[in-house]
Amino acid sequence: MKQYAIGIDIGSTCAKAVVLDEEKHVIERFLLPTGWSSVETAEKLKERLSSFFPDAVTVATGYGRACVPFADRSVTEITCHGKGAAFLYGAPALTVVDIGGQDTKIILLENGTVSDFLMNDKCSAGTGRFLEVMANTLGLRLETLCELASTGGGVSISSMCTVFAESEVISLIGRGEPRENIAFAVVDSIVTKVASQASRLLQANGAVCLTGGLCELPYLRQALEKKLGRMVVTSPDGRYAGAIGAALLARKDGATG
Amino acid sequence: MADYVQMWKDLGMDLESHDVLCSVLPTAVGDVFMTQQNRPKAMDFWDLVISEVHGIRPAELIEEQKKGRKVFGTFCVYVPDEVVIAANGIVTGLCGGSQFWVPGGEAVLPKSTCPLIKASVGARLGRTCPFFRIADMYVGETTCDGKKKAYEILGEDVPMYVMDVPQMKRPEDIIKWKNEIAAFAKKVEEFTGNKLTPEKLNEAIKLVNEKRKALARVYNARKSECLPISGRDALLMMQIAFFDDPARCAQMCNRLADELEQRIKDGVSVVPAGTKRILVTGTPLAVPNWKLHNIIETSGAAVVCEEMCTGTRYFENLVDETKTTLDEQFMALSERYMKTNCACFTPNTGRIDDILRMVKEYKVDGVIDCSLKFCCLYDTEKYSVSRALKEAGVPILSLETDYTDTDAEQLRTRIGAFVEMLDG
Repeated sequence: MKQYAIGIDIGSTCAKAVVLDEEKHVIERFLLPTGWSSVETAEKLKERLSSFFPDAVTVATGYGRACVPFADRSVTEITCHGKGAAFLYGAPALTVVDIGGQDTKIILLENGTVSDFLMNDKCSAGTGRFLEVMANTLGLRLETLCELASTGGGVSISSMCTVFAESEVISLIGRGEPRENIAFAVVDSIVTKVASQASRLLQANGAVCLTGGLCELPYLRQALEKKLGRMVVTSPDGRYAGAIGAALLARKDGATG
Repeated sequence: MADYVQMWKDLGMDLESHDVLCSVLPTAVGDVFMTQQNRPKAMDFWDLVISEVHGIRPAELIEEQKKGRKVFGTFCVYVPDEVVIAANGIVTGLCGGSQFWVPGGEAVLPKSTCPLIKASVGARLGRTCPFFRIADMYVGETTCDGKKKAYEILGEDVPMYVMDVPQMKRPEDIIKWKNEIAAFAKKVEEFTGNKLTPEKLNEAIKLVNEKRKALARVYNARKSECLPISGRDALLMMQIAFFDDPARCAQMCNRLADELEQRIKDGVSVVPAGTKRILVTGTPLAVPNWKLHNIIETSGAAVVCEEMCTGTRYFENLVDETKTTLDEQFMALSERYMKTNCACFTPNTGRIDDILRMVKEYKVDGVIDCSLKFCCLYDTEKYSVSRALKEAGVPILSLETDYTDTDAEQLRTRIGAFVEMLDG
């Protein structure tokens, strides 16, 4: 009988599911907006995963991890992102930068396990939410904002607070600043904040990898690379790092593998 | 439960507000304490005290006041209880551990003041803490800027005496603190009308030392691999120690220690073998602030020690009992109190030495350094604490929080991840 390992990562914005087979191949992955109810989202995930039950072990992670009644256990997203990133990038020593919807994590990995980590405070500066709010204010999609940003420059936003930063953006709009320059300032602000957070943990050696929803924005990766002065790598599965980590932990050898 | 309504009314308390406060406490106590398995039987004393925390002890204090004794309310472990006790006065801690009082404090203080100060001022001005109503005099100290300014506001409402704590620990600072103690003694003599004698002060020194030894015995039991008491229960004992009669406190702590020592002999532990052992360090956890311990201990780890004012700083180091003149005794007191390592001193490397020592003594797997929001001193010191621990190879998690529950889930994620990291 086949034994599947399922990882569910219910983040603040997006719920991710990954199924691994016995050879640790990703045989299914998908995402859903988390919406207003983690419980309902978990139900929807379960429906779509129904063909894998009951021959599966499930681990839930993310802010909604407590709302997944069909999970066998829950593990924090820090441990899962660490495991997932180690799996995706394979390097023995790695600094993981995960920019999520409501928090940014810097995770240090040694030999594939978490050795230290940092998370932003309650404040949303340096998170995906910050970018989302600014994109809305500018009437842009996230992807377009980042593309535009790559052609802009010369402006900066000084407020760390999302609400104040939004006022700053509105002032910039008011004085007729071109949108690409404002977009540049928005990305620069988030990257500066993330880099300053990362600098507290960043080690001299080892790769830096970007996970979480924002890793699919090429300009953001480039900007972070420039700010850190280090190569920053991503993976097409970067957004699923937490869910992959959870699935790995669902395997019998999860604790060690 | 006894009826304390008349007493609260006589104290001029705001009964309506106070009812709101009283109505949330039982749920909190139930959630944090009563859900635990296999608690030491001797905790029944603290369960009773906390269930009527605004009743039992306040009633006792009022009885003593009727006999002419004075009650001194204090905010800090630097204020020498011995001096008050020697003049037949009573020392009590003051409330300041609940979010309930914070908005009242924010009515007069800047929002960027630490929650402990805001809660204390709110408890006094809102008339919802009997201890603040009962105290005949408050004794403050200059351990932080927020408190210094808050004392000026409290002082408008009640007699307030402030002791000037040195900021360094040079030999001249020990002498300075001795002189402060002598000046405080004079004030206490005036206020109580009782003269201090070397005999009385010696008795008081011995009494408080006995209390320290009893608290230390309980902490000693927590050093055992077989953990006989949870961090939450030990914290509750410690928090109540600030309010209780010192002789009874010692008696009850010794009774608890007896049971804990027996448990160790019998191999009775409150957690499964292999549970990760956490040392908590940082700013004080005033009653009823159990948030941090509760999250840690419901995330699969156990708190085995608090390097805090509501912890080891309260009982470590004894006062020399052999001195025979007031002058020598004041110096002995100063020497003992100045051994307490608070972030208000510069430098404060002694605290790091303490933490590293306790990591060994209590067989600690990881340290959580937590400061209250807006406590600039402890927040800044996190840098050197964290560096020293990393150098020593001890995992450390630095946190900042307040009394609200708004960050409970974020804390749960960080603490959960930290415990998972320790579990490897």
